[in-house]
Amino acid sequence: MNDLLFLGTLSVYVLTTAAYLVYFIRQNKILRDTARAILITAGVIHTLCIIIRYFEAGHTPLTSMHETVSFFAWSMTWGFLSFRWRYEVKNFGAFVSPVITGLMVIAALSPSEIRELQPALQSNWLPVHASIAIMANGFLALSFCGGLMYLRQEREIKYKHFGFFYSRLPSLEALDNLNYHSVVIGFCLMTLGIITGSIWAKQAWGAYWQWDPKETWSLITWLIYAALLHQRLTVGWRRRRAAIMAIIGFAAAMFTLWGVSYLLEGVHSYVG
Amino acid sequence: MWVDAIMAMGVNHKTAPVEIREQLTFSGDCQTTIRQLKEIPGCDECYFLSTCNRVEILFVSREQENTARAVRQFLFGHTRLTDAEIDRHSYFYRGIPAIDHLFRVAASLDSMIVGEPQILGQLKQAYRDATEEQSTGTILNRLLHKAFSVAKRVRTETNIGGGAASISFAAVQLARKIFGELKGKKVMLIGAGEMAELAAEHLITQGIDHVTVANRTLERAATLARTFNGSAISLPEVVGRLEEVDIVISSTGATDLILRRDDVKPLMRQRRNRPLFLIDIAVPRDLDPKLNDLENIYLYDIDDLKNVVEVNKSERTKEAASAERIVEEEVLKFGQWLENMEVSPTIAAIRKKGETIKAQELAKTLASLDHLSAKEKKAVEALAASIVNKMLHDPMLCLKANCRPEEKRQKLDLTRKLFNLDPPSPPAPRDTAGR
Repeated sequence: MNDLLFLGTLSVYVLTTAAYLVYFIRQNKILRDTARAILITAGVIHTLCIIIRYFEAGHTPLTSMHETVSFFAWSMTWGFLSFRWRYEVKNFGAFVSPVITGLMVIAALSPSEIRELQPALQSNWLPVHASIAIMANGFLALSFCGGLMYLRQEREIKYKHFGFFYSRLPSLEALDNLNYHSVVIGFCLMTLGIITGSIWAKQAWGAYWQWDPKETWSLITWLIYAALLHQRLTVGWRRRRAAIMAIIGFAAAMFTLWGVSYLLEGVHSYVG
Repeated sequence: MWVDAIMAMGVNHKTAPVEIREQLTFSGDCQTTIRQLKEIPGCDECYFLSTCNRVEILFVSREQENTARAVRQFLFGHTRLTDAEIDRHSYFYRGIPAIDHLFRVAASLDSMIVGEPQILGQLKQAYRDATEEQSTGTILNRLLHKAFSVAKRVRTETNIGGGAASISFAAVQLARKIFGELKGKKVMLIGAGEMAELAAEHLITQGIDHVTVANRTLERAATLARTFNGSAISLPEVVGRLEEVDIVISSTGATDLILRRDDVKPLMRQRRNRPLFLIDIAVPRDLDPKLNDLENIYLYDIDDLKNVVEVNKSERTKEAASAERIVEEEVLKFGQWLENMEVSPTIAAIRKKGETIKAQELAKTLASLDHLSAKEKKAVEALAASIVNKMLHDPMLCLKANCRPEEKRQKLDLTRKLFNLDPPSPPAPRDTAGR
């Protein structure tokens, strides 16, 4: 039942991506509104899907790769929609929706059976810590998309060959603002995620911090974003440098999410 | 057929060189010309458009040949052109091609710079002059309103007016791509050339906050600064003031560079990396080309801007193809409307509407009255039929009655509106015609 609903959600996301990409090429306003409506539909079905899974599993569905990546995609969707509500970033959807769909495909390919909750995870901290940490990734992914768009658009303007992207991408200023806002939100969530995680660690393992690879890597990621924000506010590292940093930071965040789970052993490795 | 009564005659920048076009200037204002046109026998409706690229008359006449000849005499009578020259340099369209021509003109497909927006305003002004002289009637009113809505459709559905087609607009568009909103941004003019002034004016309409003018002679700088409500500085002060501006337009006659890479580099840190858009429209160049290598600096020289304009122009030509499709579609629709503007199709349409309403209402009523006998049902049906027929009888008689053609057109037009026979009709005539 839940698998079916999940595949349904995935196919609506695929449809959204198709609509956004066609809109990107054709630039027809009706298409844009359609794409947004489909994305909202996908987001709503996805929410239902997660809620149903919660009841089926009897615990917060954030314990397997399938569940975390699906929630990651969900955070990105609603993060993106919340931005739409605040201000318009032209054609952002064409960059974000393929990433969301990609995440959903990864989630679909991971084993989706509901597993017993390991004793170590039986805590009220699970929903809090895991959801905040993954939501942070959602916003950081948005800044990653914004960063790519910025670099592409800046190239067009700096090197003066105005191609396919120039007219379709928004102004550099808008992209830089987007980058800044999504990094700030993502960074705050990440900070909260690390704090809640370390409180939980104290309760479960008796120490706030024990240099487990996941902890180490999330600290590295956190430091990258902290540096980005610090430099931005003090000496004005904005625009191009901020875009590059957002891309590097996101790579580190993704390594924390996946690389650590698959490549390095540690106490955190029940997610996978 | 009324469609063939619509004719367009004139010259434009494609058919006639300026030496010919300037011979066609009419003394006095357009309204005088229209008054004279109205006097031409057989000319039922007319409108006159005169811009620097075209002079043309659109008219409706039943006595097509005679009126066309008289209009031609009116247009070219006072010139020294021979008949053969007139034929070579003018155009004359009748029926559908005339409608097509008007729509293309309105959509700016016939303009020297395809997609330029001024022509629509000129068209509206010409129409206003014509309506003040009451020289337009049912057909031209509808035709011109339609032309305005076609132009609007072309503008919203294609990108024909998209890219900037002049250097100063290209600069403004680039600035918007870099800064987003231009509100609150500051601009500095180095040198007080005409092109720089023009670009600055465009920027101000976009909401630029402050203009600083730097010039070799401070006096000239001060004069120009006053027109922009800005401030004037001398050339040596330029580097120091760079920190606070966002856009620099340089156009001095200096033979040497005014700003070098190494002058500006240390400034970027002070500016906290706020971007700087440098526009160099001077030849020889004022600004060091190496400035473009610095982060967050975007340097455009005159050739770069010219390239932007060229690219935009070819883009417009591409968009023109889809605009042509829209025009074609609308011409067909208008032809259809003209065809329906005859008595018999209108009467048929009213009858059909009456029949449809009668059938629907009968079906609804009889469905809830199953206890009626066959005879009673017949009586109800007869009642409905006779109400519909009696109701429509007088309007139809009125339509069929003989009267002057213009009056007939008005009657038909009003009838079709009253009975809503041409839905949907999206153009809102009032708002496109007025003001």
